[in-house]
Amino acid sequence: MIRALALSLALIATPVLAVQPDEILADPVLEARARDLSKDLRCLVCRNENIDDSNADLARDLRLLLRERLVAGDSDAAAIAYIVDRYGEYVLLNPTSKGANLLLWIAGPVMLLVGGGIALAYLRRRRSETDSTTEALTPEEEKRLAEILNAENAQTNNS
Amino acid sequence: MIVEFGHFALILAFFVALLQTVMPMIGAQKRWSGWMAVGEAAAVVQVLLVAASFAALTYAFVISDFSVALVVANSHTLKPMLYKISGVWGNHEGSLLLWVLILAVFGASVAWFGGNLPPTLRARVIAVQGSIGLAFIAFMLLTSNPFLRLETPPFNGQDLNPLLQDPGLAFHPPFLYLGYVGLSVAFSFAVAALIEGRVDAAWGRWVRPWTLAAWVFLTIGIALGSWWAYYELGWGGFWFWDPVENASFMPWLIGAALLHSAIVVEKREALKAWTILLAILAFGFSLIGTFIVRSGVITSVHAFANDPERGVFILLILAFFMGGALMLFAARASAMEAKGLFAPVSRESALVANNLLLAVSCFVVFVGTIWPLVAELLWDRKLSVGEPFFNAAFTPFMIALALLLPVGALLPWKRAVLSRSLRALWPAAVLALALALLGYAMQTGRSALGPIGLGLGAWVVFGALTELWQRAGRGALGARLGRIARLPRADWGKAVAHAGFGVTVFAVAAMMAWQVEDIRTMNVGESFDLHGYSVTLAAVEKETGPNYFTTKAAFDITRDGAAVATVYPEKRVYPVAGMPTTEAGIDYGFTRDLYLVIGDAQANGSWAVRSYFKPFANWIWGGAILMAFGGVISLADRRYRIAAGQRARKLQGVPAE
Repeated sequence: MIRALALSLALIATPVLAVQPDEILADPVLEARARDLSKDLRCLVCRNENIDDSNADLARDLRLLLRERLVAGDSDAAAIAYIVDRYGEYVLLNPTSKGANLLLWIAGPVMLLVGGGIALAYLRRRRSETDSTTEALTPEEEKRLAEILNAENAQTNNS
Repeated sequence: MIVEFGHFALILAFFVALLQTVMPMIGAQKRWSGWMAVGEAAAVVQVLLVAASFAALTYAFVISDFSVALVVANSHTLKPMLYKISGVWGNHEGSLLLWVLILAVFGASVAWFGGNLPPTLRARVIAVQGSIGLAFIAFMLLTSNPFLRLETPPFNGQDLNPLLQDPGLAFHPPFLYLGYVGLSVAFSFAVAALIEGRVDAAWGRWVRPWTLAAWVFLTIGIALGSWWAYYELGWGGFWFWDPVENASFMPWLIGAALLHSAIVVEKREALKAWTILLAILAFGFSLIGTFIVRSGVITSVHAFANDPERGVFILLILAFFMGGALMLFAARASAMEAKGLFAPVSRESALVANNLLLAVSCFVVFVGTIWPLVAELLWDRKLSVGEPFFNAAFTPFMIALALLLPVGALLPWKRAVLSRSLRALWPAAVLALALALLGYAMQTGRSALGPIGLGLGAWVVFGALTELWQRAGRGALGARLGRIARLPRADWGKAVAHAGFGVTVFAVAAMMAWQVEDIRTMNVGESFDLHGYSVTLAAVEKETGPNYFTTKAAFDITRDGAAVATVYPEKRVYPVAGMPTTEAGIDYGFTRDLYLVIGDAQANGSWAVRSYFKPFANWIWGGAILMAFGGVISLADRRYRIAAGQRARKLQGVPAE
């Protein structure tokens, strides 16, 4: 049993851990830029993990590619554009505000304005409406009141 | 045999749920007390049947009955007993059974504790609760039966996903489900009230404890999940804005809004229609969460085995309950006119602002979660929405909430003078500002995040303390303290929960701003400096666990020559599932965690090591626990206990005939 386990263990490729010591660039400024950019790049085979935090091999490839571009002298935007060209928009964890994505970005603020407007209108109405104590009776209540009064009238008339 | 018995009990539960849905609903309409009473009996019978069914499945896991397909797919004889049991709900079918069980428990709780409700309302609440149970049991029996047998049982199972083999699995999902499903009670109350056409202060008082209980469970469930991710995933992240995390966070946000608006209904008879809508939406988001986890439409770490058929079924359930409830709402909401009047500056207005911020922040999370789906459907764009978006779009709402909270909590009902409340708060504001400046002076970087978080958190915490102090009235210190101690528990609950929110705000900002990371290779015997601590790799050994192999490192941590702790991070491989996991070595501290992870062996015999200094890590969950604890204190308030006591007295008062 144990031997079978050991055999299967040997067959499993041990995955690499997130950012590896051998990946780190010697230049601390470039490395800091790489780490910053990595936060916005998605490991494509993982689920909402950025390439810095991911253990997947593909994430390592992306980390190395990004550093390669930075060492080659690319600006931040150019390095990101290079990766997006090859891996698609899907690789960006931080969605652009281009095209329809603008809706995504303004959804919150617009909703806040709309909700705020409704809330203000509501607050204004709550201040000005008549108080509940002076509120008119409902038709049923009026009918019931009339019945009570009639009954009392009938009683006083009888006596 | 026992497995078939469990299956049979579930089928029986289906018919009992049918009874529970139909009879009390008709009974309430026709005012037949006998039919209404059937609901209560059915709710109790249902919980017994579903519990029996759940026990049967648990039994199959405990004895490793590999003739059951679900046990084969999720268990293994070598797996420790704790994980055999928690493995029952570590999969789609079993977790659904747990969900149905909790649903039945809540339905029966309404029957048990709802003695002070008007009979028709109680009957209708139980009927609506029964209909939800009916839908989910049908879902299970038709698409996700956990009791299916295999023709030829294998010798052993395929083991549970190793990431799930953790005590976290034993507690995180049950608490989460208690929260999700607890919100169904608020939903049932809302629908029952819409059918009755009557929402008043009493309704607000009845629905609030259920919402509060559900929200407390949800808070604990989310905090447990976050803590689990922190120590299990190997780099100390505590929140990923993963679709499924968002799925639990959305009902939490709406639930928090509902808690606050129900107070306005109870105390001031205003915001009625809005509160009903929130109660419907809160459970709606629970159902959306279920859909996200189980349909496979959105991929996520948490997703169960995906099956389009199941997704369609859940979508039907979602459409039926949300569509039905919202149509009912549209037809009846106008009948619920508000009674209480209030000025634009008042506690009511502050709670409206609270609701606005919580609801819109939930909307932002919702849009961000479903956006990839929308973009792919409409524009054929495959894109991701991740942490950077949520940090940018969601955080401002929490900042606004934290800024407003102490002021709003101090405002009196009906009509308030803003300057008076602000005057009471200036010591809190000065203290918070001073702390923020201190934070700025002490930190090394230029980031504003840490100081702002510190200031905001302190402002909320000191604001909560200020409110308690204000409530104590005037006079000698001793008398004031005495009065503070005797304040109603609702006030204490409010202060504790608000302080908890402040603590979490601070801790999240501190973690994001002041964390220190170190990545290196080192040989056994070498040391390095981690933010003032000296860390030595003492040993690395290979060991064998019950169902895994592990590489275990020992790190000695010292500070100024004095021993602090020794931690043992591990890298495990689970051969049956073919998956590795990292077990971080963490030295927990009050003001910081030291977080060490052992990586791969390098070619030259040294080891990759990742280490973190995590400031105030425990405060994140400490704040969440405070929020939940505040909810529990509030639940114990006199006005809920009195209501329960009255019922007991009434029962005693019935003469023996």
